Amino acid sequence: MLLEVENLSVYYDSIQALKGISLQVDSGELVTIVGSNGAGKTTTLLTISGILRPRRGTVCFQGQDITRLAPHEIVRRGISHCPEGRQIFTGLTVLENLLMGAYHRQDRDQMARDLVWVQDLFPVLAARRRQLAGTLSGGEQQMLAIARALMSRPKVLLLDEPSLGLAPMLVDTIFEVIQQLRAQGVTILLVEQNAYQALRIADRAYVLETGVIKLSGPVQELARNEEVKKAYLGG
Amino acid sequence: MFSLPYVAQQVVNGLTLGSIYALVAIGLTIVYGILRLINFAHGDLLMVGAYLALALLLNTALPLGAAVLLPMIVVGGVGVLVERLAYRPLRGAPEVAMLITSLAVSSVIQNGTIMTLSAQPRAFRLPQGLIAQHQVGVVSFSTLDAVSVALAVGLMALLTLFVTRTRVGIAMRACAENLRAARLMGININQVIAYAFAIGSALAAAAGFMWAGRFGSIEPFMGFLPGLKAFVAAVIGGIGSIPGAMLGGYLLGFAEIFFVGFLPPELSGYRDAFVFALLLLVLLVRPRGLLATGVEREG
Amino acid sequence: MNKNTLFYLALLTGLLFLAQSLLNDYYQRVLAVVFINIILTVSLNLTNGFVGDFSLGHAAFMSIGAYLSAVLTLPPASKAGLMPELPAWLGQLEVPFLAATILGGLLAALVAAIVGIPVLRLRGHYLAVATLGLMVIVRVVAINWTAVTRGAKGINGLPAFTNLWWVFGWAVVAVYVIWRLVNSPYGRAMIAIREDATAAAARGVNVTVHRMLAFCVGAFFAGIAGALWGHLITAITPHSFSFLITFNVVVMLVVGGMGSVSGSILGATVMTLVPEFLRRVETSLSLGGHPLYGLSQIIIAVTITLVMIFRRQGLLGGREVQLPRLFDRGRVVTRAKIETIG
Repeated sequence: MLLEVENLSVYYDSIQALKGISLQVDSGELVTIVGSNGAGKTTTLLTISGILRPRRGTVCFQGQDITRLAPHEIVRRGISHCPEGRQIFTGLTVLENLLMGAYHRQDRDQMARDLVWVQDLFPVLAARRRQLAGTLSGGEQQMLAIARALMSRPKVLLLDEPSLGLAPMLVDTIFEVIQQLRAQGVTILLVEQNAYQALRIADRAYVLETGVIKLSGPVQELARNEEVKKAYLGG
Repeated sequence: MFSLPYVAQQVVNGLTLGSIYALVAIGLTIVYGILRLINFAHGDLLMVGAYLALALLLNTALPLGAAVLLPMIVVGGVGVLVERLAYRPLRGAPEVAMLITSLAVSSVIQNGTIMTLSAQPRAFRLPQGLIAQHQVGVVSFSTLDAVSVALAVGLMALLTLFVTRTRVGIAMRACAENLRAARLMGININQVIAYAFAIGSALAAAAGFMWAGRFGSIEPFMGFLPGLKAFVAAVIGGIGSIPGAMLGGYLLGFAEIFFVGFLPPELSGYRDAFVFALLLLVLLVRPRGLLATGVEREG
Repeated sequence: MNKNTLFYLALLTGLLFLAQSLLNDYYQRVLAVVFINIILTVSLNLTNGFVGDFSLGHAAFMSIGAYLSAVLTLPPASKAGLMPELPAWLGQLEVPFLAATILGGLLAALVAAIVGIPVLRLRGHYLAVATLGLMVIVRVVAINWTAVTRGAKGINGLPAFTNLWWVFGWAVVAVYVIWRLVNSPYGRAMIAIREDATAAAARGVNVTVHRMLAFCVGAFFAGIAGALWGHLITAITPHSFSFLITFNVVVMLVVGGMGSVSGSILGATVMTLVPEFLRRVETSLSLGGHPLYGLSQIIIAVTITLVMIFRRQGLLGGREVQLPRLFDRGRVVTRAKIETIG
C-alpha cells in the first residue's frame, strides 16, 4: 500500500472537519474522493501533504509515518500536491513555475528530461514558457499547475478539483490528460466535485460527506449505488 | 535659484538619497511580501551597519571596501538571528503580535547600542578620498555620492540576478506571492525566509554606511526615521515588489530633495511631514502602489 | 454609580491621603506617573484593544495636549519673554489648569478627528505606520512652529500644577468614561468591529463612526495625560513625546491584556513600577565600571517579546477584574437575571 490514511481527525479551531477517515491508495491506482462542497476533501489532501496537522490519526507513505513531517519533507519523499484553485505563481514565468515544482530536486539531467516531458504533455506550456503565468487562461493555468506538480517527479500526485471553474470542453481535456498520466504509471489521488467525470476514469472511489467516509469501493459498484446516483450523478 | 548647476545638484542629491532609501526599502518589502510583517527593527539594522563601519574605519587599517562589506555580512547574520529568535516563534500569530514584537526588537537593538556604547552621537569621518569633490559639466558631486549610487545600483543588479536566476531567489518571489503554494512545492520556507532576512539586512547595513557618510554623524536612534521613510518608499512602489521598492526609493529620494530644494527655505524643516503626507496620499489614492504585484494585503 | 464603586473610590481616596502625607517626593512622583500612565493605557486600549485599530500615535496627542495647555497656563509675563512672537490674544491669556487641560484634550481630539478621516480608512500595519507618521508630523510641527512652540528648545517653566489629586481625579474620570463607553452599545459595537468588521457592518454597525469615536476619545485622554505630564515635569520639548513613550504605553497595554479596562490599570501600574525599580538598579549597576543605561528598556522589550510568544493575552487575558462586592449582595442575583433576559 503506497499511501495509507488511518483514522484521521482534523480540526479548524474547534470545528471538526474530518471525523476519523481512513483511505488507501496503491501504486498505479487512480483513486478519487468525491463529495460536495465543504465535505472535507481539500482538508484531507492538505493533511496528507503536511500543511495541516491532524489531531488524531496517521498518514503513512511507503510504510513510513509522515504525519508530523514538514511539507517540504513530504514533497521530497514523493508526494506532490496540485492545489485547489490552481494557485500558480502569477508573477513568475511558466518556466519558473515549473522550476519551482522541482525545487527540492538535485538531479539536473532527469529534471531537464522531465521538463521536456511535461512540455510534451502540455504543448501550450512550451509555447508560452517565457510568459508570465498570470497571463495564461484558466485552462492553461490548470495545465501549468498539474505540470508544476509533476515536476517534482512524484510517486503520488494529489489533484484537488482540477476541473473547477473550467469550461466543459476544457474539463474533458483535463480529464484526458489525467488518464494519460495514469497510463504512464503515475499514481493519482483525485479530489473532485464533478463526480461523473471522476468516476468515469478512476479505479476506486471514496464518497466523503461532512468529514465522514460514507461509501467506498470499486468505481463500478459505486456508480450503480442508488444514493450515489441520486446525490452526485443526477439520478 | 533654478540655475542648471543648482538643479543638477539636486538631482545628484536625489540619486544618493534615493539609493539609500531603495536599499532599505528592498529589505522591508522582501520580508513583508513573504511574512506580511513590517519589520520595525529594520531601520535599526542600518544603524548597526553604520556603527560597525565606523568601528572598522577607526580601529583597523582595512581597506574601505572591507568597511562596507564586513558590516553587511555581520548585519545579515544579525537579521537571520532576529528572525529565528523573535519572529519565527510567532509565525501564524495575529498581526498585532508580530507588530509589537518587531517594535520590541527595535528597542532591544537601540538600547543595546546605548548600553554597550553610549547614546552620544559620534562623528563619522570618512577617509579623505571619499570627500573629494568632482565636477563634470554642470554637475558637482563627491566621491562618496558616486560610490553610493554605484554601490546601490550594483547591489540591486546582483539582487535582480539572484531572484531571477537562482533557485532560492525565484523561490523568494514565489513565497512572496503565495506562501502556501510554495510550501506545497517542497520549498523550505524557513530557508527562504532566512535568505530574505540576510539579504535585506545586509542591504540595510550598506545603506547605513552611505547614510553615515552623508550626514557625518551616527547615533543609536538614527535608523528610526530612514526605516520609516523606506517603508513609505516601499508602499509607493508597491509593497511586496522588489522593483517597486527600488522605484519607490528613488521617487521618495527625489521628492524629498526637491521639496527642500525648490520650496521656500522656511518650509524645509517640514520635509519629514511632507514625506508622511505623501504616504497618506498614496495609501488613500493608490494603496497597491505603482508597481502592484499579486501580493494581497489589507488596506 | 453604585455603593460598591463609591466604597472603593473612598478607599482609594483615603489611601491617597495617606500617600500624600507619608511618601516622600520621589515616591509621590512615581505614583503620579502611575496615574498618568493609567490614563494613557486605558485610552489606548479603546482603539487598540476594543476596536482593534492598532494606533501608534498616542505620543502625538500627548504632545498636542501638553503644548496647548502649556501655552495657556503660562503667565503672560513668562510668555512675553519665552515666546515673543505669540499672537497678542494668546500672549495675554492665563487660563486655569483645569480649563487648560480640558482644552488640550479637546484639541487633541479635534486633530484626531481630522486626521482620522483619511487614516482610519486603513487597517492593520498600514494604520500603525500612518499613526507613526502622525507622530513624526506633530514633532516636525513642534520643531518648526517656533513662534508658538519655541522649536527644539521647548517650553520650560510650566507651572507645577500637577499633583496627586489632579492625576487621581483625571484617572478616575478616564476609567469611568471608558468603562461606561465600553459597556454600552457603542462598546459592544466596537468589539464586534474588532472581531469581524465586515460582519459588523452587515449587521448595521456604522464602522467608521465607532472607529472615529474610539480614536477621538482615546486622543482626548492622551491630550489630558500630556497636559498633566507637562505640568508635572514643568518642561516640554518636541522630543519629550517620542516613540519611546508610545512603545511603553503599548507594553503596558499588552501586559495588562488588551480589551480589558482593569487589565490596563494593572498593566500601567506594573509597567511603571517595575521599570522604575529596574532603572534604579541600572544606575547602580555597572559591568566592569561601564554603566548599563538602557538595560531596563532592554529587559522590558525582551519581556514583551516573551509575552507575545507565550502569553499573548496578557495578565488578565482580556477579562475584567471582579472586585469583591461588599454591599448589595442580595441584589446581585436579581440584576444578573435581568441581564440574561434582556
